[in-house]
Amino acid sequence: MSIRERLSGNEAAATAMKQINPDVVAAFPITPSTEIPQYFSTFVANGVVDTEFVAVESEHSAMSACIGAEAAGSRAMTATSANGLSLMWEMIYIASSLRLPIVLSLVNRAVSGPLNIHCDHSDAMGVRDSGWIMLFSENNQEAYDNTLMAHRIAENEKVLLPLMICQDGFITSHSIENIELEEDSEVKKFVGEYHPKHYLLNDKEPIAIGPLDLQAYLFEHKAQQAEAMKAAKDVILEVSKDFEKWTGRHYGLFEEYMLDDCDMAIVCMNSTAGTTKSVVNELRKNGIKAGLLKIRVYRPFPSEEVAKALANIKAIAVLDKADSLNAMGSALFQDVASSMYVAGNQVPMVNYVYGIGGRDTTTNDIKSVYDDLAEIVKAGKAENPYRYLGLRREEK
Amino acid sequence: MSDLIEIRWHGRGGQGAKTASLLLADAAFNTGKYIQGFPEYGPERMGAPITAYNRISDEPITIHSNIYEPDYVVVVDDTLLESVPVTAGLKENGAIVINTTKSADYLKKVLNSYNGDIYTIDARKISMETLGKYFPNTPMLAAIVKVSKIMDDDAFLKDMEGSFKHKFAKKPEVIDGNMKAIEMALKEVKKI
Repeated sequence: MSIRERLSGNEAAATAMKQINPDVVAAFPITPSTEIPQYFSTFVANGVVDTEFVAVESEHSAMSACIGAEAAGSRAMTATSANGLSLMWEMIYIASSLRLPIVLSLVNRAVSGPLNIHCDHSDAMGVRDSGWIMLFSENNQEAYDNTLMAHRIAENEKVLLPLMICQDGFITSHSIENIELEEDSEVKKFVGEYHPKHYLLNDKEPIAIGPLDLQAYLFEHKAQQAEAMKAAKDVILEVSKDFEKWTGRHYGLFEEYMLDDCDMAIVCMNSTAGTTKSVVNELRKNGIKAGLLKIRVYRPFPSEEVAKALANIKAIAVLDKADSLNAMGSALFQDVASSMYVAGNQVPMVNYVYGIGGRDTTTNDIKSVYDDLAEIVKAGKAENPYRYLGLRREEK
Repeated sequence: MSDLIEIRWHGRGGQGAKTASLLLADAAFNTGKYIQGFPEYGPERMGAPITAYNRISDEPITIHSNIYEPDYVVVVDDTLLESVPVTAGLKENGAIVINTTKSADYLKKVLNSYNGDIYTIDARKISMETLGKYFPNTPMLAAIVKVSKIMDDDAFLKDMEGSFKHKFAKKPEVIDGNMKAIEMALKEVKKI
């Protein structure tokens, strides 16, 4: 039986970590994810978990300690945001290339500069090609559920990749909302114990991890990493199916909300998807066929599945909460656009960069995107594909 | 979601407006509602104007943005009235609840002739009498519950007693004072 509770997104993430009771947590505090290690350290102090908590002196060390712990054969977790992830960057690649299934809670925040503590996805987008599985969470419930599923996905022998669970800084991390929690004993049973096949502290199999890897093999090792990322898609679906059997809560690679019969769709991630659902509901009341595709699994990117789900739509807007500053559309837009092109689907598409540095995104903003899409449906084509949503401009 | 109630809190850093919004979310949660309670984080300084929000509904809430057209506004500190547009977007069929001893004429003038209901309460007096210190958030919480009719007085009192016992487990001496503050506030909030 699920437990009815109310928690913030950070509390939800920390609660999941408590129930998982990993061997090691190494973390350095940074807004807005600070509360996660803060709550977790009280669990450690109160003896609620028997985790080794390593209060490191930087995020680079946090990721390094997680790498050491996982390589030794234990289960390690951490949490960070924005510049914390930037400082981890070197070790982020090492974690994934050593195939260490570390789980990281990333509370999304704008990467400096200038200094900003509020939400956008520039931190996550900076590591999108680093070989980490990336799950995005609309609310506290999804942050909790994704964390409970994380180890089963990351530690699967076909995968063995690190995994990060993203949620929106402040918007969900600091908002108290209803949530369904699961019993500690049930979580323990679902997550299971970690018994790696190869690990450093195994005296029966002396191995080296992460030595020099030059022209002869690095290419092949990278290809194996890529294969693991492809394999992760099915593993994520299997674990999600088991999770649904247990909790009744359904998760796929993405969520289709009023998508099958819709004329125009928004594609986005995290909390903005919730705001979009509310707008879709209102538009549907007036007979307007609006829909939403909310990406949950951003890495591996469900390219064929997304292209199939969007094939028969008349106009699509992809919302990016990070600007790639590349004069050709941001990350999620590029992923969706190339998925559609490769699948041979020609649908007019536009990209909106929105919510940068915590700029609030309202139902009126989302409504204006559907208004724009209605125009595109009418015209049968999209002019000016690279757009902004909620940007203030000088009065002309 | 016609049953959705949206509330905006205006206070100053250190007065507990954020805590009050979280306590209101707690109380509504305990009556079976779906809730959101969240502050708007800015530079965190004692005395700086802060805003906090609540959504309360019988249905799951998916909107994740600030509140621009609230049903109710709570003003924890009346020195904000001349510097912050507290009635911005406030629905005419809603209400504003202000911690103040200022005159009705002054309030009507400073609220830009807001046509909805205006309620006042002297949270300073209540707090000083019951707690011996100035903690306006407990009386203001009671006042907004009364005005918005989110729950009836008895259910609210019972729930708050439970919350305080939990929250002040290490300071049981303040529970009685807080309960008295709530009882007084429920009686003393008045429409002008």
